[in-house]
Amino acid sequence: MYQLLKQVFDVGIRTEPPPPPEESLRVLTQRLENEILRLFNGALAIRQVDAGSCNGCELEIHALNNPYYNLEGLGIKFVASPRHADMLLVTGPVARNMEVALKRTWEATPDPKLVVALGECGCDGGMFGESYASRGRVANVIPVDVAVPGCPPTPAAIMQGILTAISAKPAATHD
Amino acid sequence: MAFEGLQLPMLPLHGASPAWHARVETAQLPQVCRAVRDQGGRLTALWGADNRDQAGGFSLHLILANGDGALWLTCRLDARNPAYPDLSQWFSSADRQQRAIHDLLGIQVEHSTAFVDRRPWLSHGAWSGSEFPLRRDASLENTSPPGTDNYAFVPVEGEGVHEIPVGPVHAGIIEPGHFRFSVVGEKVLRLEERLGYTHKGIAKRFSALTLKEGARLAGRISGDSTVAYAWAYAMAVEAMTGTTPPPRALWLRALYLERERIANHLGDLGALGNDGGLAFGLAQFMRLKEDVLRLNARVAGHRYLMDAIVPGGVMRDIDRAALDQLAAQCDALEPEVRTLREIYDDHAGLQDRFMTCGILTAATARRLGVVGFAARASGEAMDARRSPGLAPYDLLDVRVSTARSGDVAGRVAVRFGEVFESLRLIRAIVERIAPGRECMELPVPPAGAPGLGWIEGWRGEIFVALEAGENGRIRQAHAHDPSWQNWPALEHAVIGNIVPDFPVINKSFNLSYSGQDL
Ligand code: SF4
Repeated sequence: MYQLLKQVFDVGIRTEPPPPPEESLRVLTQRLENEILRLFNGALAIRQVDAGSCNGCELEIHALNNPYYNLEGLGIKFVASPRHADMLLVTGPVARNMEVALKRTWEATPDPKLVVALGECGCDGGMFGESYASRGRVANVIPVDVAVPGCPPTPAAIMQGILTAISAKPAATHD
Repeated sequence: MAFEGLQLPMLPLHGASPAWHARVETAQLPQVCRAVRDQGGRLTALWGADNRDQAGGFSLHLILANGDGALWLTCRLDARNPAYPDLSQWFSSADRQQRAIHDLLGIQVEHSTAFVDRRPWLSHGAWSGSEFPLRRDASLENTSPPGTDNYAFVPVEGEGVHEIPVGPVHAGIIEPGHFRFSVVGEKVLRLEERLGYTHKGIAKRFSALTLKEGARLAGRISGDSTVAYAWAYAMAVEAMTGTTPPPRALWLRALYLERERIANHLGDLGALGNDGGLAFGLAQFMRLKEDVLRLNARVAGHRYLMDAIVPGGVMRDIDRAALDQLAAQCDALEPEVRTLREIYDDHAGLQDRFMTCGILTAATARRLGVVGFAARASGEAMDARRSPGLAPYDLLDVRVSTARSGDVAGRVAVRFGEVFESLRLIRAIVERIAPGRECMELPVPPAGAPGLGWIEGWRGEIFVALEAGENGRIRQAHAHDPSWQNWPALEHAVIGNIVPDFPVINKSFNLSYSGQDL
């Protein structure tokens, strides 16, 4: 059994270098890595908050960690506590039942903080709109730096959104 | 025939799978529920509606299902004092749905000598206790600011017992929900779930849309099951218009549904390996899943196939070259997944984490009305693709994967089995797909026409029940996620396990929050 395992591991590593990215993705990846290095000492901590999504946006955030995009490899880490986060990545229209939790998470995130709202829902409430149960877009509840359209936004679009948000941030404010 | 001996005037409903509709009085409910349960049937969806604008009082709707078909019951309730007997006496899965009905419509479970859980479920205090958002006269203008939640969790007492509250915002990238563990040392004595955080008013939203627009919303009830919901919705619209989409559309829908099943199982199998300490598994499975998503985008225009299915057929046709690519991908995936299964099977550490972990016994699964692959992993061979079946699956001889152990290992084994079966089905579909149009125009259904859709999604069976309004609008819509029945199963499966095993047990079910919160 050990043999089999070893063999597969070996073969696996040899025959599966990270898939060659398309040129646009390669450029994006490079810029993202440079900016994280320049502005965040090479480590950007993101706290993800699902404020009421359909879970479609979460699927694409998960995809960011697959070998094609390898977000962790660029220095981006998803952290378990807002206290350790530089950025909140928020999905969904904000469900009324999540409003308090979202605000609390935002308050618990140290300044200066960035907020990226994801998806049609995060941008304008999407199919769910505003209602007795939904506050609609994320910006209706907390300040948003960048909103990324798409339903769900592709992994590349999410990376672009993160890049836009951190690039707009003055380097000096981060210790 | 299904549902024998009920002595109800049952009307056959038009549609792709066998279904009947019947009106019942509240007084008949106990006898009907008992009879259906005793014949091995189950309660799936349960919801309410306000028909006072049509002088109809309120109504309660039930979908009962068995291997032969579905029975949609409508029960008229009093306009002033709407109430009905506690259905959880016969079907335990009624409990949370009854509480949701009360939160949305103010329809009560009758007073009973037995214990009835009357705690709110979807309402977390964002609308006041006397306002019911699905009542047609609800103003909902002065919804209160959501305050602090004083939900009465069931206390567990005893020496050394302490509570671990988790959520609603979780550590990982997961949907929000609250879990309260009562533990002694590391051992879980009890888990209580509190859900409803992602409630976003889907039923109310549906009733502001046309039947055409509703398809887009249906595809966003639970993003990971967008194909299953879109098909169930389309099936309901086709049923109410008395139409059958062109055969080619049905083949393409099945193709999409199996690709959705594969994508989800691959992702979860990877995550399960990771939770079990084999990070290699996550990277490998996520790579394979990404390959599936990319080909989806190329051939159907969307990575998750959102909006690919529309009432009347599918959005676009797939040409022969693209179909061949899909078959070729199956050929490429199969050996890779086989190798990964061997690694999982041979990895002592993983097997140690998976075996006898999070056991859901067959008896508990049956009592809770558990469905989908979770039921199949506890020995219940149910699968709506096979029984009652629907086109084109009736031509494909679907092989149902089952396991008996009911543990994480069983659910992993069933998921592997289903990946292989879906690969086989896709190849068969590519080979046998009918020529012809991929979509048809649908007539406008008469107001009041009912339509029911029933699809075996990757997680379990999904129902969409519709009532047509005037001029092609939706009067009423209800979508039912299998997570309603399966969430309580998770509470049972973790009992006696240690807290660190919770993530792997939870992932082995991977239930939808959004789908049950609505
Ligand atoms: S943007 Fe689309 S995928 Fe994302 S939560 Fe909204 S409906 Fe779901």
